[in-house]
Amino acid sequence: MTSNEQTPESSSPLVDIRNLHKSFGDNHVLRGIDFSVAPGEVVCVIGPSGSGKSTLLRCINMLEEPQVGDVVVRGEDLTDPDCDIDAARRHIGMVFQQFNLFPHQTALSNCTLAQRTVLGRPAAEATRVARMNLERVGLADKEDALPAQLSGGQQQRVAIARALSMAPLLMLFDEPTSALDPELVGEVLTVMRGLADEGMTMIVVTHEMAFAREVADRVVFMDGGVIVEEGTPAEVIGDPQEERTQEFLRRVLDPTNAGAL
Amino acid sequence: MSPRKRRQRIRVLQYGVLVAAIVAAAAIADWGQIVDVFFNVDAARQTVADGLGSALLHTVTYSLGGFVLAFIFGTILGLMRLSEVGPYRWIARAYVEFFRGLPTLIVFIALSLMPLAFPGMSIPFDPYGTVWLALGIVGAAYVAETVRAGVQAVPRGQVEAARSLGMSSAAATRKVVLPQAFRIMIPPLTNELIILVKDSSLVFAIGLALSDFELTTFGKSEANALANVTPLVVAGLAYLVITLPLSILVQRMEASTAKGR
Ligand SMILES: Nc1ncnc2c1ncn2[C@@H]1O[C@H](COP(=O)(O)OP(=O)(O)OP(=O)(O)O)[C@@H](O)[C@H]1O
Ligand SMILES: [Mg+2]
Repeated sequence: MTSNEQTPESSSPLVDIRNLHKSFGDNHVLRGIDFSVAPGEVVCVIGPSGSGKSTLLRCINMLEEPQVGDVVVRGEDLTDPDCDIDAARRHIGMVFQQFNLFPHQTALSNCTLAQRTVLGRPAAEATRVARMNLERVGLADKEDALPAQLSGGQQQRVAIARALSMAPLLMLFDEPTSALDPELVGEVLTVMRGLADEGMTMIVVTHEMAFAREVADRVVFMDGGVIVEEGTPAEVIGDPQEERTQEFLRRVLDPTNAGAL
Repeated sequence: MSPRKRRQRIRVLQYGVLVAAIVAAAAIADWGQIVDVFFNVDAARQTVADGLGSALLHTVTYSLGGFVLAFIFGTILGLMRLSEVGPYRWIARAYVEFFRGLPTLIVFIALSLMPLAFPGMSIPFDPYGTVWLALGIVGAAYVAETVRAGVQAVPRGQVEAARSLGMSSAAATRKVVLPQAFRIMIPPLTNELIILVKDSSLVFAIGLALSDFELTTFGKSEANALANVTPLVVAGLAYLVITLPLSILVQRMEASTAKGR
């Protein structure tokens, strides 16, 4: 691509990460990541356990602070000490592997809390937005349920509705289906597919190769804290060029190995 | 001998020892004398008529007031223990270690001597202020540890979810962490209240006016006047009226959280 990344055209990236390094103590986890995501793009990040996928995702909303490099979202560098990170995070929704719903609050309250405290929306409007998003994930009838009363798949869908209630420009998913029983994976992926179809910009760390193949505009393969290979799903999953990618996909796609991840 | 047979024999032996001890106690003790001194019906009536109710009320007032102060100081100290600012942590740590290691009686006596040491100074609401402060100061050390443990028991993912929605650190603490932490803390806090109810008896060391007597001081003065131990037994039973329901409540709550897991 050309180097006109500063001009605020529609083609300028929503997320632009340059030379990102992150260490935990002397464990150098991210070793120079360059990565950008255009508005409306769906990017799936794949790679072996410990390769730094979650860490990369968590650097994008500064749940982890990188030591080196820039994380530019909507033209704003989040690593800048003057950056108002709380304000920036309003535009970045995140969905966690363990759902992390607020267990003391109903599905509806989970979706209204941040609207009320962060955006200062009046109760009626926050409730309206929350209901709309619960309906979007197919849980209109569960608004009074506590998380403990919901199945894993339902909890994860509430978590998605909670993030959507802030009207984010970007959604981060960290293995959203890895903690689910196999029969509940589908309902969550369906919601995510719907979001992608609506044009949401999404970065999805996942082991669901079928989902990546079908929904992703681009697949990024990480190993050892670097991006080894990226391209369309057909390129990276269908016809990997790098030895490490081939080796990883052989393990993941091998049906006798399906349970190992 | 099979393990089962051996267990049976041991059980028979245990019951045998118990029966022998009871028989010996019954044979040796002068039961008429014991009943007369400890369970004298007239003395019990006299104790109730002389103001057991008011003494009970004072015990409740002293311990509840102490608990409110302990709760406020303790929550502040507990949050200081978790602060990212080193000196806050150290101060709170020193406070907790100091007052946990000190007999509560010493704090009572020290506070009662304050007006002597600082002429002109007086603790308001005497003697209530002195008792509340003494119980509050000591109780705060225990409450602080309870708060710290409660907050640490809330999974990290809760804060991350709140922050990823754009909530400030303070808002995440107030709206997400503390409500969950307090729920975890209710059983240990109730235990702390039980301890304060009992510790309110230490007020006997600072000398109370007749009108401020609580259960222990009241029981002691009645026992002296009647030359009989029964008033103290009655006072002891009155403590149980407060503490037993509380401790049953704690057991219930612990059982129900154990089930909820
Ligand atoms: N908070 C942390 N403190 C210390 N080390 C960490 C922390 N988070 C991650 N790491 C380390 O960073 C490395 C990469 O972790 P990361 O979670 O990013 O991997 P991943 O690719 O998401 O793996 P997985 O597929 O298992 O989720 C691992 O070695 C991990 O132990
Ligand atoms: Mg991960």
